[in-house]
Amino acid sequence: MLPLIKNEVTQKKKWITSEDFIDGAAVAQSVPGAIAINIATFIGNKIYGKRGAIAAALGAALPSLIIIMVVARLSLQFRELTIVQHFFKGAAPAIVSLLASAIIGIGKESLRDYRQIIITIGLLFLLIYLHIHPILAIVIAGISGLFFRGKQ
Amino acid sequence: MMLIQLLLIFAKIGLFAFGGGPATLPLIEKEIVSGLHWLTHSELLEILIISELTPGPLAVNVATFVGYKLGGVLGGIVATIGFCLPPIVIVLIIAQLLGEFQENTWVSGIIKGLRPALVALIVAAVYSIVVNGKAIADTKGIIIGIASFLAITSRRINPIFILILAGILGIILYW
Repeated sequence: MLPLIKNEVTQKKKWITSEDFIDGAAVAQSVPGAIAINIATFIGNKIYGKRGAIAAALGAALPSLIIIMVVARLSLQFRELTIVQHFFKGAAPAIVSLLASAIIGIGKESLRDYRQIIITIGLLFLLIYLHIHPILAIVIAGISGLFFRGKQ
Repeated sequence: MMLIQLLLIFAKIGLFAFGGGPATLPLIEKEIVSGLHWLTHSELLEILIISELTPGPLAVNVATFVGYKLGGVLGGIVATIGFCLPPIVIVLIIAQLLGEFQENTWVSGIIKGLRPALVALIVAAVYSIVVNGKAIADTKGIIIGIASFLAITSRRINPIFILILAGILGIILYW
């Protein structure tokens, strides 16, 4: 979705510069939430302040909001059908694979030194065997990240 | 009452969903599936499949779908607002202090530290879906899983297409 937005706002509409877009993409990816909504908020704010931000975020969320509700309604209506159940049964392993490849992608990109790998394994143990809350895992990781401060 | 709860839960999820779409999965699993039992693991799995197949940001799709399933149209809207609001506020704050934000070593340290958490969280959530949601139920499931993994990592085929193909394969194999 990012290349699509970039082309629209920096090339076609020329609302912001490529440099600003790169700043926005960096912010959008380092804060929580959906990246597309975050960058829309950033760009909207850049062009027209807070009102622009809200308008852009609404614009980014609204089409999928409507589409997914229609799809949700249909799928909830037909989910008991055998054919639909079998579709889910086939698609389920594929979604696991999709997530697995996402994990590999993120891991390759971001686990660069042995300390990060140790933290990952430690957190995994805490999550799976001690059932700690994901938010606790995020807080532990954030604090441990402070030790990376100033080191590249 | 449930709408307020939906709003608050999704605001909490939005506040901690570092890493976009897949990052919401462990939070939803903990809060809504194993915490409140509002959804089963297999229902979450179905929602995930449909959200992936539908255009739009995965995280928002999942939030809207879960909200809709639990509280109708209003539930869908409330969950989406709850999920989007904290990140929007954070982006607006950071936009004000952009220069400082980029140079602050504390911030970059925390962000760097969060990456291992993201990997661990998604692995744990996938583990839970496979074990509790029975995402891979039998030998046929293993075969579909391996085949789709190879297809995805080849990067030649659109993942959405692979997902649909796997679903159709499911219809044929489980007939």
